[in-house]
Amino acid sequence: MATYEEKSNMTDNKEKKRRRMKEKSISTILLVLASLSIFTTIGIVATLSKETIAFFGEVSIIDFLTGTEWTALFANPKFGVLPLVAGTLMIAIYGSVVAIPIGLGSAIYLSEYASDRTRKVIKPLLEILAGIPSIVYGYFALTFITPILKIFFPTINIFNALSGSIAVGIMIIPMISSLSEDAMKAVPDEIRHAAYALGSTKFEVSTKVVIPAALSSIISSFVLAISRAIGETMIVTLAAGSTPKLTLNPLESVQTMTAFIVQVAKGDVTHGGLIYKTIFAVGMLLFLMTLFMNIIARMIIKKYREEY
Amino acid sequence: MTNLQKRRLMDNFFHGLVFSVTLFALIILGILLFDIFKDGFKYLSIDFFTNYTSRFVEKAGIKAALSGSIWIIGLTIIFSLPIGVGSALYLEEYSDDRNLLTRIIKLNIANLAGVPSIVFGILGLGIFVHLFGFGRSILSGALTLTLLILPIIIVAAQEAIKSVPKELRHGAYALGSTKWQVIKGVVLPYSLPGILTGSILAIARGLGDTASVLMVGAVSFIAFTPKSVFDKFTILPIQIYNWSSMPKAEFHDLAAGAIIILLVLLLGANAVAIILRNKYQNRIKG
Amino acid sequence: MSVKINVKNLDFYYGDFKALNDINIEIEEKKVTAFIGPSGCGKSTFIRTMNRMNDLIDGTKHTGEIIYDGQDIYSPKVDVVELRKKVGMVFQKPNPFPKSIYENVVFGPKRHGIKKKSELDKIVETSLKDAALWEEVKDRLDSSAWSLSGGQQQRLCIARALAMKPDVLLMDEPTSALDPVATSKIEELIEELKDKYTIVIVTHSMQQAGRISDNTAFFLMGNLVEYGETSRIFSSPEDKRTEDYITGRFG
Repeated sequence: MATYEEKSNMTDNKEKKRRRMKEKSISTILLVLASLSIFTTIGIVATLSKETIAFFGEVSIIDFLTGTEWTALFANPKFGVLPLVAGTLMIAIYGSVVAIPIGLGSAIYLSEYASDRTRKVIKPLLEILAGIPSIVYGYFALTFITPILKIFFPTINIFNALSGSIAVGIMIIPMISSLSEDAMKAVPDEIRHAAYALGSTKFEVSTKVVIPAALSSIISSFVLAISRAIGETMIVTLAAGSTPKLTLNPLESVQTMTAFIVQVAKGDVTHGGLIYKTIFAVGMLLFLMTLFMNIIARMIIKKYREEY
Repeated sequence: MTNLQKRRLMDNFFHGLVFSVTLFALIILGILLFDIFKDGFKYLSIDFFTNYTSRFVEKAGIKAALSGSIWIIGLTIIFSLPIGVGSALYLEEYSDDRNLLTRIIKLNIANLAGVPSIVFGILGLGIFVHLFGFGRSILSGALTLTLLILPIIIVAAQEAIKSVPKELRHGAYALGSTKWQVIKGVVLPYSLPGILTGSILAIARGLGDTASVLMVGAVSFIAFTPKSVFDKFTILPIQIYNWSSMPKAEFHDLAAGAIIILLVLLLGANAVAIILRNKYQNRIKG
Repeated sequence: MSVKINVKNLDFYYGDFKALNDINIEIEEKKVTAFIGPSGCGKSTFIRTMNRMNDLIDGTKHTGEIIYDGQDIYSPKVDVVELRKKVGMVFQKPNPFPKSIYENVVFGPKRHGIKKKSELDKIVETSLKDAALWEEVKDRLDSSAWSLSGGQQQRLCIARALAMKPDVLLMDEPTSALDPVATSKIEELIEELKDKYTIVIVTHSMQQAGRISDNTAFFLMGNLVEYGETSRIFSSPEDKRTEDYITGRFG
């Protein structure tokens, strides 16, 4: 017969075992949850690839990537994606022309010039701007920006790239401003003080010391913002039009990759048909473009990271 | 002009410049809000909330869209919070950065955060609508939104968990607690306000997102409120989109009315998040 | 002897906190003046009033005067940029810019309007020589300042300040972050520099004050307790509190 101590050891061992099992199963459950994000990526890549490959079974990949005519929804469809890419890039580029000066300028103001009290007022307001959904900017582009543009350019199309670009630009201002401000704030005060002690003005401290020191993060914020503009959907769907066109004239109506995807998805597409598959082919290209930009942004930071 | 005067002038000019662009951004915000309130305010009445959408402007309302948004967001919260917090717990408490799988997960989350929302919509269309056969249902919409906001929730929860002081953890371990007991008893209670703050902001993002849900559930005319997760649906942002893309300008004002409701919901969520954050910060200080 | 900076009845506040109380002191030209005292005594705050670095902190105010070049440096007629050009500063922690060694030295001169490459080259050479760093870095002026050792970085910061041809050099615990070897190099350097510059140094080490300074001021809780020739302060302090401090009874 087991003594009391032996018994207690036995229950202790059992208890220990049970506890270890529990700990093990919890960590396994959590690992499974964390892995779900990987399955999301796998899901994205697999879904896009499957239909994209099927799409290229019917349309030559060369024609797709080099063709200059996109008439996917017409009777005799042509699938040259360049007009969609051009529309997308035009919006992204004109959008950054609006957003980069304003975003960077307000980052400099908030980080270097504004007093603590002013900053406490302005930052939450900029956060509101960041929290406004893109559909609202789309509405704003269509009902406010376009009518104003019409005053200056009477011949402008109701749906035009410029209006969309301006709204996209406004949308990405807070992103540039907050990422760049964080980067500038991360520059240690000791370095600023050194410059002030040499008799520098605030302008000189900002532009000759702080910005160069934070440059990699600032540039990467631009890249991220451009990537965001490339993937932006609702603004361009509402305001920029649905005429795929190879043009650099922002007063014309264009179509972006995202706007095309929405146009198809809105209509009654047969599941499995060629039109259905174009969504995935264009989506794949969009995914790769934004992924590429995001990787570039991360590489810029990694390569030129400042260790303060 | 002396060198010093020139530099002073430049400094003042630059100060004026960066101040003006900041002000400009705020003015745009003001104009945007004003424009929307001016257009949409006249439609805000009880009828606006109790009517379904209609071909006639004066009879149109957001009943279906609002209830659809509530269904979708409710379901998204149920899906995304446990997965998001669980993932963050794994990454912060259990994983080891030398582990290849951990590094892949982290890199992957960073990449997912940069994927456009419409691509999540395409994923939802391919997987939930067609492959799983959920159709253009609330369930498909909520699952899609869950995947969209999950990276944001995970990163926010990670930050909150990271902020738990080591001393607290060590104190609990020194009492002979297991890892899970430490997490349950110390880490989670301490980081909960931070997790909630980040999650509310992520959910607000989901509430306003249009492109992803449009891909899985784009039905323009819904004149009923959903009864189950397999019902068809519309949500506020999609309703706004539909009204905005109508040729008739009256519908645009209707869209503005719906935007006001959406913005009130979003600003409300943000306000709650800010209040939580302030309370939380005070607790750390105290 | 002539007086370089004359401080009269200076009070200084951070918000409501009075950090300096009725300071009166005359800093002599081309001498090394050391400020000593326990931490929090106001010595660093005081040295930072002399080139108005405290302007950068929100919510500070002062009363009294700091006369330099016949003018109160806080008077509206004095441009702070011009003042800092003449009153250079070296900080506690070496703080070179994340730029090349060369760019660090020419930063000040460039700002103040010197554009010619040959002139800048000359400034770099003389400043680095004056800071006893030239021999160590002359072959790699284009490499990052952050690749230098801590002691070298601090001498680069001194060179950077000297490149402005300042009148006064303020040093706020310049060796507190350095090892003994680097410290003794900086001390030798200060010895040589005092022929050309008026130097004010804040130090946490009484031995250092004794080794390098001509005059010493002892601060305690925002007050200037005693000021005089270093040898006299250390051998026969007049104030009991000074004696307690230098004999190590507190601090």
